[in-house]
Amino acid sequence: MLVKRIIPCLDVKEGRVVKGINFLNLKDAGDPAESARIYSEEGADEIVFLDITASFEKRKTMIDVVRRTARNVFIPLTVGGGIRKLSDIRELLNAGADKVSINTAAVENPSFVKEASRKFGTQCIVVAIDAKKTGKKKWEVYTYGGRKSTGIDAIRWAKTVEKLGAGEILLTSMDKDGTKNGYDIELTKAISTLVKIPVIASGGAGKISHIYDVFKKGKADAALAASIFHYGIYSIKKVKEYLQKKGIPVRN
Amino acid sequence: MSKLIAIIDYRAGNIKSVENALKICGAKPIIATKPLHLKNSAGIILPGVGAFKDGMKNLEKRKLIKEIKSQIFKGKPFLGICLGFQLLFSYSEEHGRVKGLDILKGGVKKFKVNLKIPHMGWNTVKLKMTNEKLKMPMFDGISDNAFFYFVHSYYAKPSEKNVVAGMTNYGINFCSAISKQNIWGVQFHPEKSGKNGLKILRNFIKKCL
Repeated sequence: MLVKRIIPCLDVKEGRVVKGINFLNLKDAGDPAESARIYSEEGADEIVFLDITASFEKRKTMIDVVRRTARNVFIPLTVGGGIRKLSDIRELLNAGADKVSINTAAVENPSFVKEASRKFGTQCIVVAIDAKKTGKKKWEVYTYGGRKSTGIDAIRWAKTVEKLGAGEILLTSMDKDGTKNGYDIELTKAISTLVKIPVIASGGAGKISHIYDVFKKGKADAALAASIFHYGIYSIKKVKEYLQKKGIPVRN
Repeated sequence: MSKLIAIIDYRAGNIKSVENALKICGAKPIIATKPLHLKNSAGIILPGVGAFKDGMKNLEKRKLIKEIKSQIFKGKPFLGICLGFQLLFSYSEEHGRVKGLDILKGGVKKFKVNLKIPHMGWNTVKLKMTNEKLKMPMFDGISDNAFFYFVHSYYAKPSEKNVVAGMTNYGINFCSAISKQNIWGVQFHPEKSGKNGLKILRNFIKKCL
């Protein structure tokens, strides 16, 4: 049986983890490669790196991070942030990433998703959607790390990216992100039941029960979380034990 | 005999992870783009993701098909992964009907299930032989119903039932691993399946030495 995935996300800035993880056995909490390795050993099903480096020149550091990570981590690795060209994707894949996550570039140039999935295969193209609630069962797509509104309806956009050849959707609720109040169940369910590709829910995880809810009620295929793992509030193992007990199938 | 394991590079996705995984398992991977590379290796891995048609086309372009077949028939250990596993079969129903390597009889079909496609994530493999004495060398040290990482929209349906080494359920039961003498094939990605996956690669390396 295909199981639900638990995916820790690491924000990386100029080659360093922004919110360092709080593990005793971690030599360098700032090294994304080292953190990814620990998460993998802990039972993470995949790893996501989000590059939040502002300056274009320093983006190259991510390639080195990916290369070092891929030498020791043997679960899927997704990299997102600032990907605009086919050559960006190629560089990351050649360094050892398995998937790339595209957000702003997809909105500004939808044919980029099409070209990318045709060139590299749908399985490695994840489209990230940052959505903000605007009304009853209505959400709007934001770009540039949540700074720019687009006027695009998130539900419709999800359907569009599926048609363009996205292999997966990474759906972040901007209203919930950082609140630790739980995922946006309504948003996740609306999109996950609409599209035929897997949906990774993101934004709002603060307790184990939130992850349970986003699977059970939100119908997510995978749950992404950052701070609850980084601060060592819950280990991935604990989360999985809890889910298993509550009848959500996970990899043990 | 050399310990070199050839990873066939035919522009079908990411070979870096297979290379990294082989290295950590103690093998010496070489990226094979020419028939000669296959001749000089102790074992061959055909990895790959993407479209069946393009895969065959690129193998043809690099003039690798004849050498792959010749090496397999000579008995060299061979491991097909994901698309590289599917390419072993006679044909695929992707884009109508495309001819495959035809090393194994049977076809590759699209999932027609009311579930999300691609079949992406971790799923279990039910071993055909669970008795330790009869267990296939591929699954040496791996328990029944162990988890592996999958990502695919098509599945292989072998005509010879005795080559099936493992089955997986995704709406239907499909063949996720085959083993026929020197030929191994897996639908999942051992290079992305954590400890279980690395164990399969180690078993393959052992077979090559």
